[in-house]
Amino acid sequence: MIRLEGLSRTYSTARGAVTAVDNVSLEVDDGETCVLLGPSGCGKTTTLRMINRLVLPTSGKIFIAGRDTDGVDPVQLRRGIGYVIQQIGLFPNMTVAENIGVVPRLLGWSLAKSRRRAEELLALLALEPAQFLGRYPNELSGGQAQRIGVARALAVDPPVLLMDEPFAALDPINRESIQDEFLRMQKTLRKTILFVSHDIDEAVKMADRIAIFRAGRLAQFGPPDELLARPADDFVASFVGRDRTLKRLRLIRVRDVMISPTDGVGASGPSVSPDDDLRSVAALFLEHDVESIRCIDDTGRVVGRVSRAAVAARLKSELAR
Amino acid sequence: MSTAMAPGRSTLPYIVLAAIALAIALGLYASGLAADILRYKKDILYLFKQHLVLVAISGSLAIVMGLAVGIWLSRPWMARWSDGVIQAVNMVTSIPTLGKLALMMSLLGIGALPAIVGLWIATLLPIIRNTYEGIRAVPAPMVDAARGMGMSGGEILRRVELPNALFVIFAGVRTAMAVNVGTAPIAFLIGGGGLGELIFTGIDLQEYGMMLAGAIPTALLAVAVDFLFGQAQYWLVPRGVNPLRNF
Repeated sequence: MIRLEGLSRTYSTARGAVTAVDNVSLEVDDGETCVLLGPSGCGKTTTLRMINRLVLPTSGKIFIAGRDTDGVDPVQLRRGIGYVIQQIGLFPNMTVAENIGVVPRLLGWSLAKSRRRAEELLALLALEPAQFLGRYPNELSGGQAQRIGVARALAVDPPVLLMDEPFAALDPINRESIQDEFLRMQKTLRKTILFVSHDIDEAVKMADRIAIFRAGRLAQFGPPDELLARPADDFVASFVGRDRTLKRLRLIRVRDVMISPTDGVGASGPSVSPDDDLRSVAALFLEHDVESIRCIDDTGRVVGRVSRAAVAARLKSELAR
Repeated sequence: MSTAMAPGRSTLPYIVLAAIALAIALGLYASGLAADILRYKKDILYLFKQHLVLVAISGSLAIVMGLAVGIWLSRPWMARWSDGVIQAVNMVTSIPTLGKLALMMSLLGIGALPAIVGLWIATLLPIIRNTYEGIRAVPAPMVDAARGMGMSGGEILRRVELPNALFVIFAGVRTAMAVNVGTAPIAFLIGGGGLGELIFTGIDLQEYGMMLAGAIPTALLAVAVDFLFGQAQYWLVPRGVNPLRNF
């Protein structure tokens, strides 16, 4: 668990003191992904960098697994925390294997052991080890480099990952696929992740909880659905966008609103899978003049139906909660 | 940069150079000058050794100290001073080498010592400058990533900053050593010895054989030194940051 208590950071500039982060307190549970979200200059990156002490807090405390990080040697602390950044994360003078092996080698692992670990991680990220271990970063595509950046952060299997806009430099298609892969991995790895982003869609997709920042202050902190359903103020409402109801739809799976009786749905017409999110259902409702849509599983069997009324009721019930 | 290139990329300059050398050697042989030159064989050997000592001592001291000072200036705690120091270095660099030697002579008298010190200063400055600039050109986010992963200052220097600056540092060393080898004959003028003795005396006496007996080994040494450092640059700079090896 990571706990920030009254965390502040001020910088003295020529025009007087500037508060980059102002009295931020939040808690992230083990295995949770918390996205720090906000416009540029809102203090989200500074907050992240205080956790691995690249920036020292002016006041406030940070606890990782109950331990005050004030008392830990920063170099030792950082070796136990995975760190992924957006720009040139990889060292161009090192091969992929050497890049992934940086922290293991710092911790005194043997060359053979750190190489085996690199192979393991590449395989986990669906990159052929034999093909990639000996490559240099300038021989990788942007998407490959970013995957290896993630692999490197996971090298010594740290419980905590800090990610500073890790996928921001990728094209939309690559970004989607690396996000999906990362979510799939996180399901089994259950790391405690702090993830900086300025992209509400990415935040809704990746986060268990979102912390929205405004001018150094925490504007709202809660699960994505709560932020979308009940923005705390006008700033949050405008940041999440007027289409926030549509964004909420992506958080809900068809299986959650599906009802079993399949009477009233024909053998033809549109259909969805139980694992689709409600956006695709909404799209089908807009396209077709039907009251309900069939749900078909992988084997092609009809397993239920989704009705317009069920979708609307679901959106209302989340609101009321 | 100079013509010396790495194998695999291009050995052409060396082939051309060898062909020209062969042509010159044949010309010298045909004109009888070769015999004139070989009359100075004992002098050549003796003075070449002297020459080599000048180059080796001033060059190696300059490389060691240039790297050390360049690294030192690049440290964060030196940031306030380093710009000023580099300005001063640039100013001193602009003094002609002959002037530097003359200044050394007026300070240290004549002989090998002022020659070595003069050559050392001339060689030192480009190495300091390139080491400093090379390290400073390493992108800040890269150093930040290294720090965020838990590297100490020394580890960042050894594993990130130096390897990524190495190509630029080597370029500085090659330039500096070209200056060093090129200036070494002038050491004779302040009593430093070396092959300059044959060259300058040959010119004064209009003895072409004697002059070439000094000039040819000097030229060969310059080519050999540049080749040596070119090879070192090719093989020692990691492939990922070595423009010579990115095809």
